[in-house]
Amino acid sequence: MAGPRHISVSEPSRPVLPRHAKLRYDETRQVWVILAPERVLAPDEIAVEVLQLCNGERSVGDISDQLAAKYAAPREAILTDVIAMLQDLADKGFLTEAREKTS
Amino acid sequence: MSDLLGNPTIPPDASDSLAVLEKQRSTAETFGIPLAVLLEITHRCPLQCPYCSNPVELDRSGKELTTEEWKKVLSELAEIGVLQVHFSGGEPTARKDLVELVKHASDAGLYTNLITSAVLLTREKLSDLADAGLCHVQISFQGTEISLSDRVAGYKGAHGKKLEVAKWTREVDLPLTVNAVMHRQNLHQLPEIIQMAVDLDADRLEVANVQYYGWALKNRAALMPTVAQLEECTRIVEEAREQLKGRLSIDYVVPDYYALRPKKCMGGWGRQFFNISPAGKVLPCHAAESITGLDFESVRSNHSIAWIWQNSDAFNRYRGTGWMKEPCKSCAFREIDFGGCRCQAFALTGDAANTDPACALSPLHETIFKQAEREAEGETNRFIYRNFAGGTLESE
Repeated sequence: MAGPRHISVSEPSRPVLPRHAKLRYDETRQVWVILAPERVLAPDEIAVEVLQLCNGERSVGDISDQLAAKYAAPREAILTDVIAMLQDLADKGFLTEAREKTS
Repeated sequence: MSDLLGNPTIPPDASDSLAVLEKQRSTAETFGIPLAVLLEITHRCPLQCPYCSNPVELDRSGKELTTEEWKKVLSELAEIGVLQVHFSGGEPTARKDLVELVKHASDAGLYTNLITSAVLLTREKLSDLADAGLCHVQISFQGTEISLSDRVAGYKGAHGKKLEVAKWTREVDLPLTVNAVMHRQNLHQLPEIIQMAVDLDADRLEVANVQYYGWALKNRAALMPTVAQLEECTRIVEEAREQLKGRLSIDYVVPDYYALRPKKCMGGWGRQFFNISPAGKVLPCHAAESITGLDFESVRSNHSIAWIWQNSDAFNRYRGTGWMKEPCKSCAFREIDFGGCRCQAFALTGDAANTDPACALSPLHETIFKQAEREAEGETNRFIYRNFAGGTLESE
């Protein structure tokens, strides 16, 4: 069996969209979409911004730092929101985690 | 069968930062281009499943669109705003140009899904498809046990081959959906099917009870489950969904004969779905050609696909609510289920504009429900296998 499917998102997690979920701008409908097997999700503006930062290298903590600085908002509140959104995506099966390097 | 097609999946939630887009679109006033399109690129298939969703009148290979014609279709779909395409059939891998078509679709920016019986795939072919940009593989299974599975498929060795291809799919890092079509003769294997999907490292499982049109209608007496079987099936699915949350997502389609309300078939005729047949007909539903008296336009005509979707007579005939008769016409649910399935209404009542008999308000509902119940308790287990000759009765 491959890596664990069900990830639990926390501050040190380094999330990334799996190969089968693609974040793309839909020119026709003028919205961002996540294309996934048999699904098209419409992430809201904040979710898009978070997902664009999810590259498998940045941690959830790093992402929250960046957003807190950009919006001059309390980091704790942002961290809570980011974790909730990413966990929701993970529960739907559209988020994975960069694996620890073993070598 | 794929299920962007109006089957309930994730419940819509206004506060959800990750809303499912088609749920919003389905309530739109305008009939915008669908997000996903089903491409039945051939009706050829080595399997002979008695519930095949293809029409009983199959398109022969000589009528199929050419490689260049399919490529033109794919480019056009991407251009008008379609986001996903499902390569289906028949068996899509029976076409030698599948890799080329997947590549063309990917290059055009489309998300590509392969819906396959898997029996014709080699590891090399699968790897070529992955390299061509294929995003997702959906493999049909007929059961978990070899003799039953191969018997339903009408193809010796099918089950073993499917298991092998499912393993290769994960080895080349493609996401896998296990598609299990359920009926009276295999529902007892449902717990093992769920376990099989987990063991195969699938991301999704579709537990799809047979829908009774076309081939399945011919085979209804051999396939119809009992009410007790169905209740057990629902219980097992609900339990597994809870237990496997985040590991395996399970889509569930129930047979509408035992429901009181009909399904919102295809999300409503001409509202959020179309498919293209092997010969290039643009259809509101993959069974639509079973309705006589409708003239379906082809991609080979002078009209664009967008024009056919918006303006053709076949799409507008049962679109919205204006075509309805009573009891649909004044029904409070008319914009919720759009009177159910037009193909089923036609097959069972002779008029596609009648209320789908799956609805308790149809005058035929009671008769049909009783008949289904009798058939479910009956002794008929022999299949009529799907083929180009119009079907062959299983030997005893």
